[in-house]
Amino acid sequence: MMENFTPFSALAGGAMIGAGALILWLFLGRIAGISGITQQAFTNAQGRGWRLAFVAGLLCGPLVLTSFWQDFSYATPQLGWQVVVAGLLVGIGTGLGSGCTSGHGICGIGRLSKRSLSATIVFMLAGVLIATAFTQGAATW
Amino acid sequence: MVIIIAFLSGLLMTLGMAVSAMIDPNKVLGFLHIGPNWDPSLALVMAAALAVFAPGYFLSKKRQAPVCEREFHAPTNQQIDRRLLVGAVLFGLGWGLVGYCPGPAIAALTSGSIATITFVACMGLGWFVSRKI
Repeated sequence: MMENFTPFSALAGGAMIGAGALILWLFLGRIAGISGITQQAFTNAQGRGWRLAFVAGLLCGPLVLTSFWQDFSYATPQLGWQVVVAGLLVGIGTGLGSGCTSGHGICGIGRLSKRSLSATIVFMLAGVLIATAFTQGAATW
Repeated sequence: MVIIIAFLSGLLMTLGMAVSAMIDPNKVLGFLHIGPNWDPSLALVMAAALAVFAPGYFLSKKRQAPVCEREFHAPTNQQIDRRLLVGAVLFGLGWGLVGYCPGPAIAALTSGSIATITFVACMGLGWFVSRKI
């Protein structure tokens, strides 16, 4: 039971995610919603600079770790129809719902927004449903 | 200054995803797939992120404006409407199918994985479509 549970790295990484979101709020007054910022970096000429810088930061994190920490590696999915369908669903869904795990799940719930809490409960349930029905969990890839 | 802060924010967020292994879709599916090897790690990632963000957010209410800008841009829409809920269902289905939400997928682009690049390209197409609906 729970042989994959990694509580310490989960807490440490989670605190870093929260800290990243907090500095964006305290310094720029912006919600660190990754789907919204990335979309607008390409569609909204106003405020493009900081949004592109944020996306560049996102890209650099794992790059820095793989360059300086030899033990660091992570899996990526196998190419298949699931990747195409899932990408489309995640794009349309976060576009319609105005947010993803970061904007609704962390910043929204952190602000005690009922709208974000509702979205998070719904996407969690949908995620659990499909992952339990269609994947083998951690052994999928 | 604004550019540096935005960069550091994004950097810190993906470093967190990497440290907590949420960049790995396996790890996410280990949480979303309910079964004998269920892995509660993702719940702790969210709890820790909230424990850092929420107190800071509420303390910030004592300030008139953020450090580098003239005003805070908090979302004003509070409506729980069909668009929100349909969006959340579709997002959840996509998330649970592969184990990628937008952050980790973008973070993992530099791995060069064709599947990750395909996922992000399809996500971008999905964003474009969502603006037309």
